[in-house]
Amino acid sequence: MARAVFWTLPIWSGHETAAMRMMSVMRTAGRLARRPVVWVGAVFLALTFGMDGLAPHLGFLFPAGTRLVYTRASFPELVASHALLTGAASLIAIAMGVAAALFATRPAGRAYAATLDRLGALAQTFPPVAVLALAVPSLGYGALPTAFALVLYGVLPVMGAGMAGLSSVPAAVLEAADGSGFSPAGRLWRIEMPLAAPILLAGVRTSVTIGIGTATIGSTVGALTLGSPIIDGLSGDNPAFVLQGTVLVALFAVTVDLAIGEAQRALPQRPN
Amino acid sequence: MRRPAGREPAPARRAGANLDVLPLLISALALVALLLGGFVVVAPNRLLSGTPLSLWQAAGPGGAASLLAILGVIALLAARPALRFQRVLIGLAAGTLMVLALALAGMTASEQAAAAGRLTRVSLGAGFWTLFVAGLLLLADSAERETHRAGKALPLLATLLGLAALIASGRLAQLSLAREYAVRQQAYLDEMLRHLQLTGSGLALALVAGGAIGLLAYRRPRRAGPVFAALNIVQTIPSLALFALLIGPLTVLTGLFPALRSLGIAGIGPFPAILALGLYGLLPVARGVHAGLSAVPNTVVEAALGMGMTRGQIVRHTLIPLALPTLLQTLRLTLVQLIGLAVLAALIGAGGLGTFIFQGLGQTAADLVLLGALSAIALALIADTALRGLTLFLLRRPQN
Repeated sequence: MARAVFWTLPIWSGHETAAMRMMSVMRTAGRLARRPVVWVGAVFLALTFGMDGLAPHLGFLFPAGTRLVYTRASFPELVASHALLTGAASLIAIAMGVAAALFATRPAGRAYAATLDRLGALAQTFPPVAVLALAVPSLGYGALPTAFALVLYGVLPVMGAGMAGLSSVPAAVLEAADGSGFSPAGRLWRIEMPLAAPILLAGVRTSVTIGIGTATIGSTVGALTLGSPIIDGLSGDNPAFVLQGTVLVALFAVTVDLAIGEAQRALPQRPN
Repeated sequence: MRRPAGREPAPARRAGANLDVLPLLISALALVALLLGGFVVVAPNRLLSGTPLSLWQAAGPGGAASLLAILGVIALLAARPALRFQRVLIGLAAGTLMVLALALAGMTASEQAAAAGRLTRVSLGAGFWTLFVAGLLLLADSAERETHRAGKALPLLATLLGLAALIASGRLAQLSLAREYAVRQQAYLDEMLRHLQLTGSGLALALVAGGAIGLLAYRRPRRAGPVFAALNIVQTIPSLALFALLIGPLTVLTGLFPALRSLGIAGIGPFPAILALGLYGLLPVARGVHAGLSAVPNTVVEAALGMGMTRGQIVRHTLIPLALPTLLQTLRLTLVQLIGLAVLAALIGAGGLGTFIFQGLGQTAADLVLLGALSAIALALIADTALRGLTLFLLRRPQN
């Protein structure tokens, strides 16, 4: 952060010319290019859109006669479906997790904090595949049981992190806020949430990572995700599909993880 | 850190708050589910979907009344927090509820099979499962909140014993789940053993390698950052992808060095599964070891040095005992995680309980899926409970 200020200040305070603006843009671009999220994301996007063109040339890696191009869906479609499923489920999970954490840290719900904690720990011992499979008889095959498992597993890290974050706000800060006349809602929104944000965001990061992984397994119950080529490749003895699916889903997960990591860095650091 | 504020004092004993809300809530939910959902589902054969039978139709007035009576007892007990052994009694009542519900379902299955022939399948319905899970939650809640160690263990052990006796008595043999088991008894035992082997080997790998990495990170704090960042990337990769990712390189490797195959190294099968499980366990183990050791105050280590302890003695007598709670927690969380992940091993030809889940999903045979999934869940719960018990036993004396 400090370095950014150092580089940009002289330019914006001095007499501005087109060349200077150009240099600043280039410097920003150079700084961006050094962040892993940019190049991992670039490789991910290039492979997503280039896989269909690249796949026919990968024959030398696999036994002769292996089908190389995955035809059930195109890779951009798979990525979009995977992202939509994970994104929608994560939004629901984050909303539910934050709501539960808020409830458990307010005076009315504080008695239930330990219970929620305990339920979360209990639910986390259930294997994701088992929960996915158990959801099938009642929800059918496809995206629905996957979304159910995604929300269930996504809530827990957000709830845990939200509770940890909100209860880590020092009592002195809360008293100071009350003393300066904040309403309970105002105190929550302008004092507690910003202070809890770094821990909460770490929980969101875990939750989304777990979500991407669970969505991948969701293709065993018929959801269309990047896990589909892996599962089809494993059951059809086609290493080419397995490789394409694995590489893309791994890059996808790492890109999203790094992107949330960037958001964490962008938050103001809490003095300790 | 994770301990939310307001957890320390027992709020239930406060004046005015004379209700234990959670047991009340859970038993009310179980009651609603029992009245709305089917207790068992009767299907003409293994693959067709069946018609639900309510608790009243399935278990008759006597059975229904006794289940409802137990729910009532739990509600009454929950309303009396001052009662001695209240938690233990709630736990025992919850265990009775679970055992009785299962016994009633088993009896219904036997009656239906006798009346409608061998092909009829009686599986457990939504009402039963809600009741059973409610019993499990009540049991876990009572064990968690009871402070006395014998009081924690008694309801759990009694329930396990009751369930075991019920299964051994053969009264459940006509349930669809039991019949799926009966036709593949030997295969079930083999895959269960295989599941335990995979988990155990993966855990051993993770403990050795992860422990070494954690120790290294503790000794050389400057290297800790990059090491954990690298391990974090492994953890970020979806588990299915990690299992499948190893197939390619290992196939190429064994293609180049065929001698490796005689060592059991292959692209598919147990070897890549164990490797993937070990890789997944690396980060939690390394982070746990690092956190546990780092939490030991420097002054303690310096005092030990000052007393003339050797390095080995410091590790044995100060570092490990003081880091023990964190280390045991790490062991428990890693083991539970690996038991769940080992289900995926079936997809790369390594066997384990996942075999039944994926077979069942392929055949749309819900009870075969259930057989695999419930076994995996039971295994994870038993491992979790056993290690919690071990932790309590090893940390008998208060630490500070």
